[in-house]
Amino acid sequence: MFVIVREAINVREIEKAVQWPGAGAVLSFVGVARDNFEGRAVLGLEYEAYDEMCLPVMEQIRDEVVGKVPGVRVAMAHRVGRLEIGEASVVISVAAPHRAAAYEANRLAIDLLKAKLPVWKKEVYADGASWKANEESGERGVS
Amino acid sequence: MKITVRYFAGLREQKGKASEELSVPEVACVRELYSHLFPDDKVGRMPVMYAVNHAYVSGDHELSEGDEVALIPPLGGG
Repeated sequence: MFVIVREAINVREIEKAVQWPGAGAVLSFVGVARDNFEGRAVLGLEYEAYDEMCLPVMEQIRDEVVGKVPGVRVAMAHRVGRLEIGEASVVISVAAPHRAAAYEANRLAIDLLKAKLPVWKKEVYADGASWKANEESGERGVS
Repeated sequence: MKITVRYFAGLREQKGKASEELSVPEVACVRELYSHLFPDDKVGRMPVMYAVNHAYVSGDHELSEGDEVALIPPLGGG
């Protein structure tokens, strides 16, 4: 399952998409809207996505993760639009026969997502707003 | 040659629109397109990535008729 959604993400639904009887480990990462950035109060977040490109990029991330951690299954959902503090912006679920592979695959998937998924985040403050870039994205620079 | 350009985040706000259709010279590569659309200003020097028809490409990728080109500002997903 690879989706961009505009409503609250149902974590269990993402987990069910990767689960199978041979999987002894199901692991989900939930990214949540945080109330501060470098000491500044954040009131909410606004996410924007290039929807049509997100789905193929999510599949590429899955392929890269499975290439490095064979035998895992991966699903992910990213939310867009306005989020309140505490709401989930992203969920990545992986399933594997054993936990070590699940942890490795999940960490790799979120790192790749931050570097490659065409999604943008605006932090909203009491006195303004600004677009925030991932460190992983900045490393790529102009090609 | 006609192409469609998609703008996102800060680039979308600067342009005041999310997309537009443009006629461009046959030889234009995506990096030249970016320089053309965002001449020498602060946002124009943002380290963008490029995508054509929903896949990342390098800056010297040449445009083709009907392409959908996206200028990808630094990402903030997650």
